[in-house]
Amino acid sequence: MEAALEIRSAPPAETAELLRLTGAGKQYGPVTVLRDVNLSIHGGEIHAIIGENGAGKSTLMRLISGHIQPSFGTINYLGEDMAFHGPADAERRGIVLVHQEILLAEDLTVVENLFLGREVTRHGVIDDRTMEQIAIRQLAALGCTARPWQLVRELSIAQRQMVQIARGLLEEHRIVIFDEPTAVLTASEVDLLLDKIRALRDRGVAVLYISHRLDEVEALADRITVLRDGNMIGTYDAGSVTQQDMARLMVGRELSMLYPHKRGTSAADPLFEVEHLSVPGFVHEASFVARPGEVLGFGGMIGAGRTEIFEGILGLRPAKAAAIRVNGKPVQIRSVADGFEAGIGYLTEDRKGKGLLLRERLAPNLVLSALSWLYRKIYTDERIENAELNGAIRRYDIRVRSKKLEAGQLSGGNQQKLLLAKTMLQDPSIVIIDEPTRGIDIGNKSQIYSFIDELVRQGKACIVISSELQELVGLCDRVLVMKDGRITAELRNGDVTENAVVLAATVGSGAVGSREENARDRHHL
Amino acid sequence: MTDTTSELVSKESVFQRINWVDLGPFIALAVLVVVGYLINPDFLSPTNITNVVTRATFIGIIAVGATFVISSGCLDLSVGSMAAFAAGAMILFMNWLVPTWGANAIPAGIVFVLCVGALCGLVNGLVVTLGKIEPFIVTLGTMGVYRAFITFMSNGGSIPIDRSLREPFRPLYFGTVMGIPIPVLVCAAVAIVGSFILYKTKFGRRCAAVGANVEVARFSGISVGRIRTLAFVIQGICVAIAAICYVPRLGAATPTTGLLWELQVITAVVIGGTALRGGKGHIWGSLAGAVILEFIANLMVLSDFISEYLVAAVQGVIIIVAMLIQRFSRRS
Repeated sequence: MEAALEIRSAPPAETAELLRLTGAGKQYGPVTVLRDVNLSIHGGEIHAIIGENGAGKSTLMRLISGHIQPSFGTINYLGEDMAFHGPADAERRGIVLVHQEILLAEDLTVVENLFLGREVTRHGVIDDRTMEQIAIRQLAALGCTARPWQLVRELSIAQRQMVQIARGLLEEHRIVIFDEPTAVLTASEVDLLLDKIRALRDRGVAVLYISHRLDEVEALADRITVLRDGNMIGTYDAGSVTQQDMARLMVGRELSMLYPHKRGTSAADPLFEVEHLSVPGFVHEASFVARPGEVLGFGGMIGAGRTEIFEGILGLRPAKAAAIRVNGKPVQIRSVADGFEAGIGYLTEDRKGKGLLLRERLAPNLVLSALSWLYRKIYTDERIENAELNGAIRRYDIRVRSKKLEAGQLSGGNQQKLLLAKTMLQDPSIVIIDEPTRGIDIGNKSQIYSFIDELVRQGKACIVISSELQELVGLCDRVLVMKDGRITAELRNGDVTENAVVLAATVGSGAVGSREENARDRHHL
Repeated sequence: MTDTTSELVSKESVFQRINWVDLGPFIALAVLVVVGYLINPDFLSPTNITNVVTRATFIGIIAVGATFVISSGCLDLSVGSMAAFAAGAMILFMNWLVPTWGANAIPAGIVFVLCVGALCGLVNGLVVTLGKIEPFIVTLGTMGVYRAFITFMSNGGSIPIDRSLREPFRPLYFGTVMGIPIPVLVCAAVAIVGSFILYKTKFGRRCAAVGANVEVARFSGISVGRIRTLAFVIQGICVAIAAICYVPRLGAATPTTGLLWELQVITAVVIGGTALRGGKGHIWGSLAGAVILEFIANLMVLSDFISEYLVAAVQGVIIIVAMLIQRFSRRS
């Protein structure tokens, strides 16, 4: 099937080749994780690198940015064979990697972070004013609302991501590598970032862009290189491949529809009712119901209060509500444990920081919330846990080479499945999933969606909080959109469109109406 | 992603880590025994070994409790002062009972001191969890408080145990069962019970989870405050048990009883392989750590290389070196 897609020749000759990898690869011990990559990067192009988790994208990026050395092959940079001595060396030579993980010092200010390790000085004294001015310019260019002297701790995840990107772009580089820069950004922030990336390209910078979002790749990239299982599948001109082609090349098989068939909104009695919930500083007087048999989506910008509603409900942050009812009965929830008791399971958006013990083995992770009922005696029993783990592995198709692995050693998709299994072990009737597929590959995504479909078809209520518009549209029967801590719109069935969600999230209530008008507000998707 | 990479790389390093952290303290102990023998063959004489190991039991017993506290992500600096206070309180209580109860004052005193220890631990735990204050600060405060209590109770002098109790109480430190000193047996029992609680119970599992990642624990429905408070209570009970074994040794409690024990206890736990920031606890490693410290002190006495007055300095250096080893043996 790859043969059907012709690999086009290199782009026009006027763009200079900056970097060429010849037969490059990396092996750890006996195992090769990346092999035989032949790649040519030119100035003035946006070159997307796509592939499933574990395909070797990050390894490739780390090779190029000097974090690791190739085990085979050569890296030719500006006409010379090169071995970078670490990322600082690569950066000095003009190659910078903007990491996917947020690597900022939380207790320092935005300016201090931007200039960490390269402070501007005058006569040996830190020159705050110059740095502040540069910072303001950089942040404004990215549309980042963070103030220069704000502590990073006070920023939202999206703002932090923007600060990190700003840091990467602070100096002029020849090659800028973005590793999943948009994973935590909302649509309008993504737009600004993509514009900025295009501006970089137009200045002759080579941009390497890694993303799971094929729509973005299609909208942005000039050329696309596909990796699968550590092999380079090929480099394609963006115009010659569709999103379907990309997905197929990445997975190596025909993808059935990504989303299960929708069920339609439910008319059943509400399973979960929340009245006038306020979380000081985040959510104001939110009321909603979730019904069995439907997927209820929560959309809105990051920081609109979507996650905070549910952390408030579960006693994870101070909140008060007029009433919370499960199955018509009022419940008092002061902790996650009370939530489980009431039949509410919550999957955090931050599976590494709040969901799983990364250095603990799989079975203890799986049963961590379930200890109190799983063991009637005070002591634990490995056989019971392992039986549960085997069940979860089968039920949720968690792919592990060994059951003795630590949770942190699984891929993102398998971690997410383990977290889902951990929550479902409590047998909740109301399942709240925050960012169900953040940072996981398309194959696992599709599986998670079908698990969600199954559980609502069993008569559970499922609430999905998502920043991915496609996900809300593809998965949810009903979507509530939040803006500035309030629920501003409710969309049902066919009214759930990307435009409607975006409009409600940015403009607010009453704006959901003519779709033709809304269409103008969205250019890139 | 780097998934494939990290899975493969860390598979090897998991292996290495298990060797290092789990066996490291015991290997160090074995090396120390050999070195000790080479320096001075008397080191391995049964009398010397018995003495040294028996002396190590106080730190060992307290270190078992400290393993819980540290595993849960906290720290208790007050253990030395608490031990002195508990010992003093126990003696005063027994002396007060002697006229009416006679030798029965001893079991009553034991029950009493266990309650005192549990209560001291409870105070530490509640202030830390309800007050949401760093354990370091809280126990630094109570370290001063408990130390002042023993100084106050003894008027700056010493609190001797009643003459009539001396004989019946003696065996608790000096007695043996089948040649094994009683404190060693007590210490082993504490460690066995401790490792059952830490490794085989729901509480132990939750304790390590809280220490490994407090957010994950909260989101998993674990009551972090309750777990940590309980860890402090266990620590208090261990301190009380150590005090019970300690009192008959000198027959008195003084304001200098248990001085710098917190340093030795934390050192023992850290060289035992438990990470100071919390997570999986290594109870048997902590015991090995306690014995290592006492061996080193003993070797300094038996050899002429370094003055034995520098024992605390050497122990201080050991904790720093142990932290360095932990730092550099961990994968980046």
